[in-house]
Amino acid sequence: MQLSKDKLIDAYTRMKKIRVFEETMRDEFAKGTVPAFIHLYIGQEAIASGICVELNDNDTIASTHRGHGHCLAKNSNLERMTMEIFCRADGLCEGKGGSMHIADLSVGMLGANAIVGANAPIAVGAALRQRVMGENLVSAAFIGDGASNQGAVFEAMNLASVLKLPVLFVFENNGYAEFTGVDYHCGGGDIAGRAEGFGMPSYKLDGSDFFAVQEAAAEAVERARKGEGPSAIECYAKRWYGHFEGDPQHYRTKEELETIRKDNDPLIIFRQKVEEAGLVESSELDIIDEDLTSQVTDAVEKAKNSPLPNVEELTTNVYEKGSY
Amino acid sequence: MTIKTYREAIIEAMILEMKRDEKVFVIGEDISGGRGCEDFEGEAAGGPMGLTQGLWDEFGAKRVIDTPISETAIMGAAAGAALSGLRPIAELMFSDFFGVCFDQIYNQAAKFRFMYGDQGATPLVIRTMIGAGIGCGPQHSQSPYSIFANIPGLKVVTPSNPYDAKGLLISSIRDNDPVIFCEHKALLGMDGEVPDESYEVPLGRGKILKEGNDITIVAIGQMVGVVQNCIKSLEQKGISVEIIDPRSLSPFDDEMVYDSVEKTGRLLVLDESNPVCSFGSWITSMVSEEVFSSLKAPTKVLTPPHCPVPAAPNLEAAYLPDIETIISASENLKNYS
Repeated sequence: MQLSKDKLIDAYTRMKKIRVFEETMRDEFAKGTVPAFIHLYIGQEAIASGICVELNDNDTIASTHRGHGHCLAKNSNLERMTMEIFCRADGLCEGKGGSMHIADLSVGMLGANAIVGANAPIAVGAALRQRVMGENLVSAAFIGDGASNQGAVFEAMNLASVLKLPVLFVFENNGYAEFTGVDYHCGGGDIAGRAEGFGMPSYKLDGSDFFAVQEAAAEAVERARKGEGPSAIECYAKRWYGHFEGDPQHYRTKEELETIRKDNDPLIIFRQKVEEAGLVESSELDIIDEDLTSQVTDAVEKAKNSPLPNVEELTTNVYEKGSY
Repeated sequence: MTIKTYREAIIEAMILEMKRDEKVFVIGEDISGGRGCEDFEGEAAGGPMGLTQGLWDEFGAKRVIDTPISETAIMGAAAGAALSGLRPIAELMFSDFFGVCFDQIYNQAAKFRFMYGDQGATPLVIRTMIGAGIGCGPQHSQSPYSIFANIPGLKVVTPSNPYDAKGLLISSIRDNDPVIFCEHKALLGMDGEVPDESYEVPLGRGKILKEGNDITIVAIGQMVGVVQNCIKSLEQKGISVEIIDPRSLSPFDDEMVYDSVEKTGRLLVLDESNPVCSFGSWITSMVSEEVFSSLKAPTKVLTPPHCPVPAAPNLEAAYLPDIETIISASENLKNYS
């Protein structure tokens, strides 16, 4: 473990922010205040955080329908992101995107995406800036085990490999494609192995362990920046809740749900590691917890009290202003 | 003024824009044509139809990017590149191939500006070949521009001659929204006057190719040339037609068509797309809604029949609206009472 204390605090903050945010969203959804479908990221916090802690604002990520965690890990504006989930006029996408289409281009977050697997080619496109303009950048695509079966993902991996582009294909294997288990839906069962078939180095690791993800990300990012092409990182993790909020999860056992909370909590694992190593005091992390809770509560209150878009905005921004 | 082909006009537009703006690049299948292989020393073919000939020699592999046969990756990469600040020209070799990559076009690129609250532009040009007439058969001959025009967020351009091809392509490359640039394969060798310098033909502005009083004929793409070959015969029959080339379908110069129909009172549209929900039927529907009281006869659309494009030369000839059909439809409109 060679991370500075600042970086450890940063990592914990990103993960915990996701946890607090998603728990709050879960409560709000249950109360009926969220006007659209949401897909929670709880259980996978170490993946988004472990990758994004190695990226900067010029680096890009392309996200999924389960995108809140990616947004927060990439340091999207918390208040405007919350407003977007509540479909408000001042949301990042002016209320027209909602939870499944949040983007924050100012920090290189190229968008959540409600078409499973469609984000992978988009991440490859952003990486073309290295080839065309000589820019120093890395582009990451987050891809679920379900999306790993999509043709778009295969095409994206092949193109990135052929053109040696700086792309990280981050596979979040949480065991379920919506309601369907990975044992059923994934031929051969080896997602990272498929990536290897395209000629890129790949990792298989415990996605509940921030340090495992971060170490692989650091290596892959370094290779990408040097022009050595793409990598794949398959992270095994657990999805604590349903595919979407309201999913009764008839396809999972109660035992499974109990076990994963005990054995696969990325935050508990992180705390244990840093506290046992004497790197960060428990009390320091407790203060972060309190601070994040109030930040998220404030953001949600602010979002709920902010206006929906004007109806006049219905047809704006389909094209560049004045061009149609 | 120099005489150039439609193909040369397209290449020239790309070269001028790539020289002007380092963010412009071209990506597609076989666009350099073998030069993607590092040790290949032969001449770059510039695509199966020669539409990118010379680009590799001028700009090299960093900006003239050969890809695998992988349309979803090409369109998605172009969309992602545009969203992150580049100005890609992506080649979809035949428009028929949109079926394997349409998600990246209509769900992604077309929606970025709206769905992300105008955070960024999507300056993407998809150059693609349309059209029947040269024996390519059912999967290489279609004209799906009506489908593209149906999508909010996409702009659709259909140049009918070399001059417009160059000017419209330059405008499309400078445009900040995704443009589907439909190049008609039967027109690639067509000659015409094309200035050497850079110029724009604005999107959304049609052109009146010939003024007339009896019938407004709106012709799209290849149909423009076909209707021009009818003018003499129609005049001999005492029918004076006004011919409009809309040049771009989305945005569409509806005012030009309304003004013309208000003068002539009759409308004939020549459209190479499938008849059901064709772009032509959209034009006639708008005209009926907006200038109904000017109409002296029912509007008429001529398209191919509702069937795929056949390979057999005699069937393909029968598939496209021809001079006889146009003349007969014009007579019916003129004589309607």
